[in-house]
Amino acid sequence: MTALADGRAGELEAHFDETIARDRRIEPRDWMPDHYRATMIRQIAQHAHSEIIGMQPEGNWITRAPSLRRKAVLIAKVQDEAGHGMYLYSAAETLGADRADLTAKLVSGRQKYSSIFNYPTLTYADVGVIGWLVDGAAICNQVPLCRSSYGPYARAMVRICKEESFHQRQGYELLMTMMRGSEAQRAMVQDATNRFWWPSLMMFGPPDDQSPNTAQSMAWGIKRHTNDELRQRFVDMTVPQAGKLGVTLPDPDLTWNSERGHYDFGAVDWAEFTAVLKGNGPCNAQRVAQRKAAHDDGAWVREAAAARAAKQAARDRAAREQDTREQDTA
Amino acid sequence: MTDDEFTAYRALADETGDHRWAFGTGFTDPLEGIGTSVPDGVSAAALAAYCLMLGDDALIYSHRLQQWMTRLPELEEETAIANIALDLLGQARMLLARGGRAEGAGRGEDQLAFFRPEHEFRNVRLAEHADADFAQLAGRLLIFSTWRLALFTRLQDSADPVLAAIAAKGAKELAYHRDYAAQWVVRLGDGTELSRTRMQAALVTLWPLVDELFRTDAVAGDLPGVAADPAGLRAEFDSVLAAVLAAATLDRPGTAPMAQVAGKSGRDGVHTEAFGYVLAELQSVARADPDATW
Repeated sequence: MTALADGRAGELEAHFDETIARDRRIEPRDWMPDHYRATMIRQIAQHAHSEIIGMQPEGNWITRAPSLRRKAVLIAKVQDEAGHGMYLYSAAETLGADRADLTAKLVSGRQKYSSIFNYPTLTYADVGVIGWLVDGAAICNQVPLCRSSYGPYARAMVRICKEESFHQRQGYELLMTMMRGSEAQRAMVQDATNRFWWPSLMMFGPPDDQSPNTAQSMAWGIKRHTNDELRQRFVDMTVPQAGKLGVTLPDPDLTWNSERGHYDFGAVDWAEFTAVLKGNGPCNAQRVAQRKAAHDDGAWVREAAAARAAKQAARDRAAREQDTREQDTA
Repeated sequence: MTDDEFTAYRALADETGDHRWAFGTGFTDPLEGIGTSVPDGVSAAALAAYCLMLGDDALIYSHRLQQWMTRLPELEEETAIANIALDLLGQARMLLARGGRAEGAGRGEDQLAFFRPEHEFRNVRLAEHADADFAQLAGRLLIFSTWRLALFTRLQDSADPVLAAIAAKGAKELAYHRDYAAQWVVRLGDGTELSRTRMQAALVTLWPLVDELFRTDAVAGDLPGVAADPAGLRAEFDSVLAAVLAAATLDRPGTAPMAQVAGKSGRDGVHTEAFGYVLAELQSVARADPDATW
């Protein structure tokens, strides 16, 4: 590299650092370090994949929803998730990624999605608990990302958080209704809470002392709070909601600590977290296989659409050339 | 962590009247605010039966589209099919609610959807067909939405103001559904050799279910000025299909109509074998605990 190029690169990097330091946004056309670009693509792609895979556990109950109103709410929610996925893949494309390529990485297991979706949904109460706890935890994670240093992602997150908080409210409202219903329904809500509480806490990622990327991500302004800070915030917000709902959170160590001004809670089973992350959760294989099947089964449809578009473009071009010839001879 | 960051989250706990429901999912009474008396001179029993027929078509068709969710070729199709499934579900809710009120036996939309046996459902057999591939999805949706749009366009002038209002809203939705389906039939027909073969095969498979849509039924006959004569929709259907098939370079199938059973089919409560599985899935949770509130 020439001295001139070195100087220019140094200037660009200084400008990038200054933008970050001032808490301003990096935009798609701005220079950015390769590692920042790669990290952002990975973060946004994993988020997009999570939205798309996240359609499955709830989609599992659409055809069996026990009232037509609940069915409509659930269809709309799963549709929102598809919309979020498209929106996020578009944000990743502003960094030079390609949606088809990211999808290929998802279905071949080279990129991950949120591990929570590797747990099964076993009763209709799970639909409510996913809204309450899983969407609640997702919001805790995502609200700070509305201030992400990467502009397109930050703006996507503003819209997504609004819709997620709406989903969370719908989930909680379903649970409230179920708790006012039959004895069997109350038991169903408690059972779903028992199954999803710990996996929800795992959504914030490993403890801070085992999270190697946190420091760099915080320096770049693409992560605003540590995993443990967000997890604590989630616990503090959720405990009163559980009380209001009338369910017990499955943690005997859960107590208010007036000295800290926070709830203390028991140890998360990180061995289970690691097992699920490594692909050994109850639904890892199923989720990826279903996404892969949809993608593979749809290949001929996408090819047909592309072929038709190419034919149409060729016809339009021929028609324009014909027009030009006619004008020339006129 | 700043407090303002969590304003969005804290707002969740607020009790507000803010119903940001997507696509009309928020209502608990589908006919809220609409006068629901039966007009003078109209048979309430026939009106109830007619609304159930049209409501069942939408409910069951929507169910078949719901089964496609998370299995579609592209994310754009995920949102489009969810949208169409929601529109039809919305139509079903209003029609079943209208049917229940006209019937006067106290049955609401959920009672009608989840607690009727197979033979009480009045949907056409086309609505319950399971699409074997995306070509069948597109072809069946073109057939269904072209027929239903022709029907709803006429029902906008129905002597029953509730039915007229439901049809006016539904016609706008169905125009979009028809356009979406037509575009895919053209893309697949005029796409690759493989897609053309599959699209043509799909139409051949579906065609036997077309005639039933235009069969004159006794219920519509008992509702002059309220219902539309199914036979009167055929010319519009044929001309729309001809235009789409021409653009798609596809042939109009010559497959013979599926026979009835002792003179009966969907409108009489005589369905295909597949229908039992549709209801088993649709009704299972609701029936497991009839005392539950959802």
